Amino acid sequence: MLSKRMALVAGPLGHLTLPGIALALMYGFDVSIGAFPFVILGIILIWLFELKTKLPMEALTAVVFASAVAVAFLFLPVEQAETALVGDISSVGSWETGISVVVALFLFFVIKKIYPKMVLINVSEDLAGSEGVNVREYNLIYLVLIAIIVALGVKMVGGLLTAALVAIPASAARNLSRNLSQYAFGAMVIGSISSFVGILLFKLTGLPAGPLIILASTAIFLASIFLKNKRTFKGRLSRAT
Amino acid sequence: MENGLILTVQDLNVELDHRSIIEHLSFAVKKGDIVTILGPNGAGKTVLLKCLLGLLPYDGEIAWEKGIKIGYVPQRLPFIKDIPLSVMDFFDLKGAAEQEVRDIVHAVGFGEEFFERKIGDLSSGQFQRILIAWGLVGNPQVLLFDEPTTGIDIGGEETIYNLLARLKEERRLTMVLVTHDLSVVYQFSTHVICLSRQAVCYGPPREVLTPESLQNLYGGGMKYYQHKHR
Repeated sequence: MLSKRMALVAGPLGHLTLPGIALALMYGFDVSIGAFPFVILGIILIWLFELKTKLPMEALTAVVFASAVAVAFLFLPVEQAETALVGDISSVGSWETGISVVVALFLFFVIKKIYPKMVLINVSEDLAGSEGVNVREYNLIYLVLIAIIVALGVKMVGGLLTAALVAIPASAARNLSRNLSQYAFGAMVIGSISSFVGILLFKLTGLPAGPLIILASTAIFLASIFLKNKRTFKGRLSRAT
Repeated sequence: MENGLILTVQDLNVELDHRSIIEHLSFAVKKGDIVTILGPNGAGKTVLLKCLLGLLPYDGEIAWEKGIKIGYVPQRLPFIKDIPLSVMDFFDLKGAAEQEVRDIVHAVGFGEEFFERKIGDLSSGQFQRILIAWGLVGNPQVLLFDEPTTGIDIGGEETIYNLLARLKEERRLTMVLVTHDLSVVYQFSTHVICLSRQAVCYGPPREVLTPESLQNLYGGGMKYYQHKHR
């Protein structure tokens, strides 16, 4: 996930869900369903922008992010702004949770299947192409998967924080891992722990759950930097002796 | 294909972003040849390799022997250090059998302990060897090699070209490689293509690399020495 600049893609996609979330909140349907078509729209926009302008992804992020937030706030009722931005996991019912679990399992197996090819594409599109990998097809599958993940994520932590939920556990895992399976597994575990700790704190304090989940993952990320430095230092010491 | 040819390129023209990169290039590669593509920066060398791999659109004809397996060794992989990959992980991406990977990694001069190493921690020479090994997985008959870095320590006494020469013998490889290094061309290759959008010269290096053709290729001021090591 966090290879190349792809984590950044989740950023604009997360923000692009805001108009969809606003619609869902106003008309009372599932925010994930509201978010999904807007994420797809976002994918098409980013793909077209990159194709036409060759601007760096960071610049496109700013354009797409700001526009989506602007559109959302044109018609989003102010009292629901918080839910749209930072999510409201406490309002998610058991039926919705069940569906999310099924979708998540589906995603898990699809990702497991395409993972080696995706990593190869991230290492080098040319190298992947020389191995007969259809780079465009895989990139498309990858983006659709991201779209589904983002649509699920907005329910938990809202449009503004989804990017963080996608990127922070992966960053923390990268700091700590020496190989690919540690990286993938670590990101999963850190994401789960963050969600668990965030919800626990929400139960204890009554503060909004979305930001608490993100802050829990941030804490783990900070700890991972500390652990990484310690390890590098140790490594240097042992090499010096 | 006739006469042991494994590759024929006929009237190749490549245009990228409305700019002509390669014009009217024709050549052929026989089994066991070592063909060097020589030329200044921006001459279209890497583009030619990518066309041979089918990675870029082109006009004209590129015909490989049917069913041939091609291994590719890229120039650099700038993004690979962004991903926490061990050496074994990197080979797993190719889906190769473990025993084959062990044999090949051994053949480029590394021991078992290397599989656990993180790719980002390898020296550039070690990484280049790993890239070569990666290209050799799956037993290709042809190796396309983009600019092997010369003059770097790849560990031990073997230079990258000694290694390639040895692998060529052991594995009966045909090689197409891009380089700047003239001594490599003389010592190592059977044919040279001097590329500067069009082919300025083409043939065995000692026949076609003359002061005149090199001057055509690189423009004026090119110093010219013919090494006589062998």
